[in-house]
Amino acid sequence: MPAHDVLIIGAGLAGQRAALAAADAGATVAIMSKVHPVRSHSVAAAGGINAAINVADDWRSHAYDTVKGSDFLGDQDAIEVMCSEAPGEVMHLEHIGVTFHRNESGELDLRAFGGASAKRTAYVADITGQAILHVLYEQLMKYSDRVDRYEEWFTTSLVLDDSGACVGVVARDIRTGAMETFSAKNVILASGGAGQCFKPTTNGLICTGDGIAQAYAAGAPLMDMEMIQYHPTCLVENGFLITEGARGEGAHLLNADGERFMEKYAPNKMELASRDVVSRAEQTEINEGRGVGPGGVGIYLDVTVVPRKRTLEALREIVNIGKDFAGVDITREPIMIRPGQHYIMGGVKTDIDGKTPLDGLYAAGEVACVSVHGGNRLGANSLLDTLIFGRRAGEHAAARATDMRMPTATTSVQRDDEKMIASIIDRPREGRRISEIKDELGTVMNRHVAVFREEAGLQQAHEVVRRLKEESKTAYVDDRGTIFNQDVLGAVELGYMLECAEAIVVAAIERKESRGAQFRTDYPERNDDEWLKHIDINRNGDDVPQVSYSEVTFTQWQPEERKY
Amino acid sequence: MAEATEFTLRLRRYDPESGDAAYWDEHTIELEPHRSVLEGILQAKARFDGSIGIRCSCRAAICGSCGVRVNGQPGLACHTHLDAALASSRDGVIEVEPMGNMPVIKDLIVDMDAVHWKKIARVTPWLINKEPIPEREYIVDREAMVDVTQSMACIQCGACVSDCLSMEVDPLFVGPAASAKAYRFVGDPRDDQQRERLTDLAQDPHGIYTCTHCFKCIDACPKGVAPMSQIMRLRRRAGSDHHIDDRNNGHRHEASFVTLIKGYGLLHEAELLPRSYGGDSWFGKFHPKAGKVLMSSLPAITKAVMRGKVKPKTALLGHKIPKDDLKSVQRIYDKVAARDQRLELNLYITGYDEDVDGAGTAPAAATSGAAQTGADSGQPGQSPEGSPSR
Ligand SMILES: Cc1cc2nc3c(=O)[nH]c(=O)nc-3n(C[C@H](O)[C@H](O)[C@H](O)COP(=O)(O)OP(=O)(O)OC[C@H]3O[C@@H](n4cnc5c(N)ncnc54)[C@H](O)[C@@H]3O)c2cc1C
Ligand code: SF4
Ligand code: SF4
Ligand code: FES
Repeated sequence: MPAHDVLIIGAGLAGQRAALAAADAGATVAIMSKVHPVRSHSVAAAGGINAAINVADDWRSHAYDTVKGSDFLGDQDAIEVMCSEAPGEVMHLEHIGVTFHRNESGELDLRAFGGASAKRTAYVADITGQAILHVLYEQLMKYSDRVDRYEEWFTTSLVLDDSGACVGVVARDIRTGAMETFSAKNVILASGGAGQCFKPTTNGLICTGDGIAQAYAAGAPLMDMEMIQYHPTCLVENGFLITEGARGEGAHLLNADGERFMEKYAPNKMELASRDVVSRAEQTEINEGRGVGPGGVGIYLDVTVVPRKRTLEALREIVNIGKDFAGVDITREPIMIRPGQHYIMGGVKTDIDGKTPLDGLYAAGEVACVSVHGGNRLGANSLLDTLIFGRRAGEHAAARATDMRMPTATTSVQRDDEKMIASIIDRPREGRRISEIKDELGTVMNRHVAVFREEAGLQQAHEVVRRLKEESKTAYVDDRGTIFNQDVLGAVELGYMLECAEAIVVAAIERKESRGAQFRTDYPERNDDEWLKHIDINRNGDDVPQVSYSEVTFTQWQPEERKY
Repeated sequence: MAEATEFTLRLRRYDPESGDAAYWDEHTIELEPHRSVLEGILQAKARFDGSIGIRCSCRAAICGSCGVRVNGQPGLACHTHLDAALASSRDGVIEVEPMGNMPVIKDLIVDMDAVHWKKIARVTPWLINKEPIPEREYIVDREAMVDVTQSMACIQCGACVSDCLSMEVDPLFVGPAASAKAYRFVGDPRDDQQRERLTDLAQDPHGIYTCTHCFKCIDACPKGVAPMSQIMRLRRRAGSDHHIDDRNNGHRHEASFVTLIKGYGLLHEAELLPRSYGGDSWFGKFHPKAGKVLMSSLPAITKAVMRGKVKPKTALLGHKIPKDDLKSVQRIYDKVAARDQRLELNLYITGYDEDVDGAGTAPAAATSGAAQTGADSGQPGQSPEGSPSR
């Protein structure tokens, strides 16, 4: 049985950073991913990464912007850690080879991003996530003899010991179909977000909330799950993302009357207000009949105001996306966008070292909730979050491993999972198709748990999710093989998505106020007296999840009215 | 928005567990014509047969998972529109097969570790830092970073590897994607081992001089990485900048090409071989190495003469072109030689072909790529991105 000091599930930015940090700290390390590491969804991050590296900037200003962006729900101790360590982290990335864009004097260039009071977003054209992910993978190849890689291995469960500590995982080698138990002194979950619970979404097909659901099943609490970010600029066609970098470079948002409507909603920051604010403004314009395009469901994003050469140099990827996926040359005409599901602020609750309340279990990146994003994440803060807390989790887990004995994970979980998978494959073709259930889930979530929410819709969404959970138990698959059986893994992922969706809906029903990404039309005001607290969700067998609360940590910044 | 239309997909299926050979499987799907082939396959998977195997995630040509061949052309399934695929189909059915040059695992899924990633690992794919490492960022030329961004744009999809002609002949050839990766370090001013990297790739008998300039990788690449151009740039740095006289006669071969065309206006085949081996001058053929290769090539030369592919006269004396034409050829050489900054083959940030002239007037643009048309190398097909219609 493979055994490691630190076993990392997920090889996006958070996972790879954790692996390198743990190896640097001297631990024996393995990293596991259900897709080849460079296919991880971090690759899609376009715009950049925030850090107060300009000498005229100050990390406290970055921290304040983040606190304000979070609508005061972010934990300020964690935000201070993230923002103060950001410049060092970006320099580290530069040193290991990330090809950050330079200014004329050869220093790192910075671009403007939403909700930020200074230009502090470092970038590589608009392939920042890709560039960082591929450079981290270069380092992983360099560390080949120090970090074991399990590529195209699918983790199915966490394994706990009798005391409830996490001591390993069960995983399936996708290429052979073989299942195996891995022992580990520490497991770091870095398995990303759950965007596939929504349709459409900017997230890849692999973002199915596996880690969130696995930790939840093992008894770890989830936090801030109601906070789902809708990104203001997603293609009407198919939900693909147009990076905030476009607005950072100066692009305008226009309604059907050709009006720069952000004047009404955020007169100072205009298009560069926080994402929740811009998304709501757009949705309001659309709902009030000032949308563009067929059915008036869109808003124009006008990039033509950005000098063409600059667009081609710094926004190249979205020029291609416009051309290839919407047939629009964004350097010459506006493109139709609307808000779309993009990011989950919530996740597995952790402290500032990535530790979850379960011994031996860490989480970092989108799967986790530290909480640095609170009610709303600022653009270009997520890459930072993955790297800072990925590194911290890796270092902390490595340190914890030094005075520990290697546990031996029981193989009983593996047997259960083997049976579970065999039983899915054996199901008669009587129930619904997996794809139908997935579709219905995404559609209902996007209808009722989106930019504007209210009680009746949320209740209805919850009912649908409960029903789909039942139906998923008899949903059948077509593939009966073992080698690369993506079909059966899709069924397992659907189970994870349904767990995440229920946690999201229950938390959204619970929070009876409007804060950050949660806007309740039936409770349109922020209510600090009652709701300046996190909502924690715990699994309760097959019943409706349990809700509890935890305090928000304040250090230097008291809640105030949020205006952009 | 266009209406949903029916398309028929013919998918190459292979089930390694069945013991049967690969076979074709047809499904009719219904989608708007500008949707991608991947979306078509996903619909077939969702509606009819969940066992169809294809790697995919982003659906937006960024994760590099979905490399396949559509109607024989390598590319990304998510980056090929259904209408374009229909237009390029033989018989009105869109044919999707796994990529070539790599073993098939199942259906459209190939073993990239066995070929692609092995080759990537071959080029020491990590930065070897120039010391001392500064406290803050390395101060480097703005253009240099933009330049390597073209190779950083590679998503490791393997489409270029799929149909690389040289790799078909020589499976050990380092290949297009790994060469582009190598350029990412050779072009990176922060790397300390550029000469060592170049020497390694030039001396390797399966290294950069193995490429036969077939352009397939440029056509295949969905991200405008233009791997062949990166190979040419590696060669130029190896030969012209570092004067690496490789044992594969690669650099001498190129140099001979250049001098011969300058001298004769057209290639002088009979001189090329001895000069490539013996050295780039008229005396090259008297070098012992040249004699040896001439002797060993004699059967091939004789065959060519017998079949009328080469006339004995032109073979010995070279082609003759009119004096004026020869002068025009030589003027091109003079023009290129007179530039203070050499033309690079980087199109990453240049925009579209139509802009080339306008942007090329700024001096900085020359290095950042704006003026880098294919003109200096006579290379066609250098549109910055493979359009999804390919
Ligand atoms: C289109 C887009 C653009 C974005 N742009 C920006 C930006 O400009 N700036 C910014 O800061 N943020 C941006 N974000 C957000 C940011 O990219 C993500 O939040 C972040 O990359 C998440 O990284 P991660 O490491 O947590 O997870 P991921 O990169 O999603 O990686 C998850 C990993 O877990 C693995 N995994 C999952 N489940 C399993 C399982 N069951 N078994 C084994 N392995 C598993 C996956 O294979 C993968 O390796 C963007 C997001 C999107 C979708
Ligand atoms: S140009 Fe060279 S590297 Fe590219 S496909 Fe042809 S032989 Fe291979
Ligand atoms: S060079 Fe282009 S085709 Fe080749 S692997 Fe990279 S992105 Fe794919
Ligand atoms: S699905 Fe990601 S590249 Fe095609």
